[in-house]
Amino acid sequence: MTDAALPRPRAGLRFERWAPALLLVVALLLYVLIAVGTGQSRYLTWDNLISVLGRSIALGLTAIGQTFAILVASIDLSVASLISATAVLASVVMNGDPAMILPASIAVLALGAIVGLVNGVLVAKLEINPLIATLGMSLVIQGCLSAFVSNFAGSVPVEFQYFAYGTLFGLPFSLIFMILLALAAWFILRLTRFGSDVYSVGGNREAARLAGIKTARVVIGAHLICSLCAAIAGLYLASRLRSGAPWIGADGVYDLESIAVVVIGGTVLAGGRGGIWGTMAGVMIFSLIDSIFNIAGVDAFAKQVLRGIIIVAAVAFYAVRSRRLVA
Amino acid sequence: MKRLVALAAAAGLALTAGAFAQAPNFDDPEEFAKQREQLTATPMGPEGMPWEQYLIDTMADTSAHAKEGPYTVCFSNAGVNNPWRVVGYTNMTEEVALHEEIGEFIHVDAEGSDDKQIADIDDLLAGGNCDILIVSPNTTAALTPAVEKACAQLPVIVFDRGVNTDCPVTFIHPVGGYGFGIQGAEFIAENVEPGANVLMLRILPGVDVLETRYSAGRRILEEAGLNIVGAEFTDGDNAKTKSIVEDYLARGTIDAVWMDAGATAVAAVEAFEDGGYDIPVFVGEDQQDFLRKWQDLGMTAIAPTYPTYQWRTPIIAAVRILQGEEVPGPEWVLPQPAVTQENLEAMVNPAMPPLHYAMCGCEEMPNYPQAWGGQ
Amino acid sequence: MSENALPHEPARPRRALPQINPVYFVLAALIVAIIVQNPAFVEPTGYMNFLKRAAPLAILAAGQLYVIVSGGFDLSVGSLITLVVVGSSMLTNNDPNATWWVIAVMFGIGLGVGLINGLVVCYLKVPSLIATLGMMITLNGLALMWSGGAPRGYLPDSFRFFGRFNFTDLPVIRILPVAIIVLVVAGFVLYWFMHRTNFGRLLHAIGDNPRAARLAGVPVNRVRISAFVVSSLSAVVAGILLGGFAGVSTDVGLGYELQAITATVLGGAQLLGGRGSVPAAIAGALTLMAIFTLLNFLGLPQPVRQVVQGLILILAVAATVYRQRRAGR
Repeated sequence: MTDAALPRPRAGLRFERWAPALLLVVALLLYVLIAVGTGQSRYLTWDNLISVLGRSIALGLTAIGQTFAILVASIDLSVASLISATAVLASVVMNGDPAMILPASIAVLALGAIVGLVNGVLVAKLEINPLIATLGMSLVIQGCLSAFVSNFAGSVPVEFQYFAYGTLFGLPFSLIFMILLALAAWFILRLTRFGSDVYSVGGNREAARLAGIKTARVVIGAHLICSLCAAIAGLYLASRLRSGAPWIGADGVYDLESIAVVVIGGTVLAGGRGGIWGTMAGVMIFSLIDSIFNIAGVDAFAKQVLRGIIIVAAVAFYAVRSRRLVA
Repeated sequence: MKRLVALAAAAGLALTAGAFAQAPNFDDPEEFAKQREQLTATPMGPEGMPWEQYLIDTMADTSAHAKEGPYTVCFSNAGVNNPWRVVGYTNMTEEVALHEEIGEFIHVDAEGSDDKQIADIDDLLAGGNCDILIVSPNTTAALTPAVEKACAQLPVIVFDRGVNTDCPVTFIHPVGGYGFGIQGAEFIAENVEPGANVLMLRILPGVDVLETRYSAGRRILEEAGLNIVGAEFTDGDNAKTKSIVEDYLARGTIDAVWMDAGATAVAAVEAFEDGGYDIPVFVGEDQQDFLRKWQDLGMTAIAPTYPTYQWRTPIIAAVRILQGEEVPGPEWVLPQPAVTQENLEAMVNPAMPPLHYAMCGCEEMPNYPQAWGGQ
Repeated sequence: MSENALPHEPARPRRALPQINPVYFVLAALIVAIIVQNPAFVEPTGYMNFLKRAAPLAILAAGQLYVIVSGGFDLSVGSLITLVVVGSSMLTNNDPNATWWVIAVMFGIGLGVGLINGLVVCYLKVPSLIATLGMMITLNGLALMWSGGAPRGYLPDSFRFFGRFNFTDLPVIRILPVAIIVLVVAGFVLYWFMHRTNFGRLLHAIGDNPRAARLAGVPVNRVRISAFVVSSLSAVVAGILLGGFAGVSTDVGLGYELQAITATVLGGAQLLGGRGSVPAAIAGALTLMAIFTLLNFLGLPQPVRQVVQGLILILAVAATVYRQRRAGR
């Protein structure tokens, strides 16, 4: 968390750049080895690869946004509740009527924008620790939501299920959508002024301020993007589950998992370093781990143990070489 | 902060608009009456083996699914995230071991997430080489599309919670939540005076099987003219349960406790014990710790069940379907007995773990009791 | 996460009235409100029951404070509580004589967990948030693996003594739960180490500015690892109390990590280090419990409680930030 300003050797930078790909290759090799080793090479088909990639779309969409929050040295724990809220909002507003798809989507994005703005203001203007600010926000959203809804509410029309179940050029539409969103995020981060500001503010907020960057605006912007992505993930889940329920975000543990995925993808929790493709690699690693567990028949409790160790080990893989102190 | 409040209000308003109209009906008088009847109906099928018995006498023709063994049976499980599911899943794996026809049993666990379970079913369909798919859905609505997709490829069996489609060959379940609520509440009504104070303890809102237990219980308690002093959510947490009961005891007397599930029943009993009160009439469930407490303290109690033997049935059904034999369908309704003073002696087994569900129908299986954690 | 690059100026104690932490006023106000709502609270059974229920969280919060002051987080405590309760039930196997060695084993496990947390953070350089998150998931899985997913045994009464037993027929206070004695002892020990020893001073120094502390020759890693060990050991104590109070289940510890952090925040602790007081953290825990109790008495449903908890969390930190700004940075 501290000392982000220490000079780093170039080699380290290059290592961090390729490490996510390396981890992904390792995960992929493990998957193939285990499938072959247990005599289940039937899992090594194109269909299956697509199915593995499509496992974690909701997590992927959320993690794209979370990347922005973490890059500006913030964090967002409210995404899981927001996903539940937006999924419910979408299915209640649509209520099975195709004509309401657009208004519902607008309402969902508006809710996401409001939550993102409030998060951003709490963190950037009131200087509340982002963990607490977004944790509080998460409780508020979840409370408001459960006050009114206690089960699946509303339903999405068949047309809207295209988002989760449709195919385009032989690929799942949702997978293509996630890749496009990642491309857009990459474009913003690498090729726009806002993107470079995100890195500067995350790397050293004070220096960025002195360099004339309106740091508060950048932090708010990052939170806005983060919440909007979570809102989109909520839309996706409403489409996938045909309806929204107030527990789907929490059940999917999208808050902690999205953070884990971003960090496994090489984005530094202290902010300022990392990127979207690392996050995408992290999402795929998570999908592969899930699938490996399934084909190897690992029992549900051992899965948890292994997952915990893998998260720490993957992060240690990057961090152990750093000479900085971490919080 | 104003913004936050405004946001909360706005979100709330937006949600209320449609939510109430959409709320699923957990208080359906027709279903209530049906289940009340089924509780006392005589089941068909082999005597003494309730997991093979059925209450509705319509059969599904499965000749189209007949094939040569050995079979690959795939099972998409919502999770083993509570003791009931742990006992049930043990029943299932032990049942699998009884069938030589089953060559491979593939089990995937969704760890309580709808999203994950949908992906799991996709994975199984893409590469599992399954001959038949058993699904225990995490939630009814969300898993419907995945089950429909699976039905198009292979025979499907659904059990425990249902799905909103009748494409599966059969849907296996015991009588249901109303039945559970009825058994407990009727027992209370018979054992206390009219006007007595009843505390209702619930786990959490929104879960279909629990909501129906509650609505049925409440209906009967009210009809009997009892005074419901409160209905509280315990989150299934022992400490919270005990605290809630202690708080109620500090404010007044309690003549009966009705619970929608028994995992925290002992904690509730302890609140009376520790405070030096007499134990009132109790509704628990068939967990061993509650049954032992009941026996030790000589309580007036009943334990309705949601029998874990229903986890044996899908395997039996799977083999029959793949051999082309007919099975009860499209609904296979299993009997749902309660533990009462009469059969308490037979159900208590101190060798079993505290949250072992006595109504497991597993006592005669080869690996009993070790496989279930008994000694 | 936003650590200002500028070093904090040490908050110089100005010549002003001794500042009393506002958490004590909030707590007092809440207790008055509870008494108004429910006069039975002034009876010994009323407030003793309250303290008894709050004891595990209060001890947990005091332990968590060590890690927070050193600049980190410990998310693994909730799962550790579960592991302690489930593990104790497995090991005691309903044998009353096993209690003492089982408790010793549990403290051993706590020591191990704390050491691993600390070593991973200090030597593998994994941020504590992620390191203890991984530990949280792992420990929960271990507890479930150990027991096969459901409790396998009962806790004997000799084990449950600490969390369940009340001394009765005492003069004046009439009843005294053992849990409160444990709270007082543990609270005092944690207070003494934090505020009366060199270790506590080093802890504050590290949390305030780790680089400066290291340059000043503070054994940074050793102190930080000790903080994680203290937090884990306090979780073991909390686990023993909770298991005693309510018996065995596989989700006893669920959510306790966030409640403990919330309690320290209510007690005015500064996240990311450098500031915090054990009595205030305990008061924070009592405040949190008082809020829950009050909302309960008011008959407000669970969702409202969540909203209130969320708003209070944000307000508490906002207030702390405001006070610091006014105190002049």
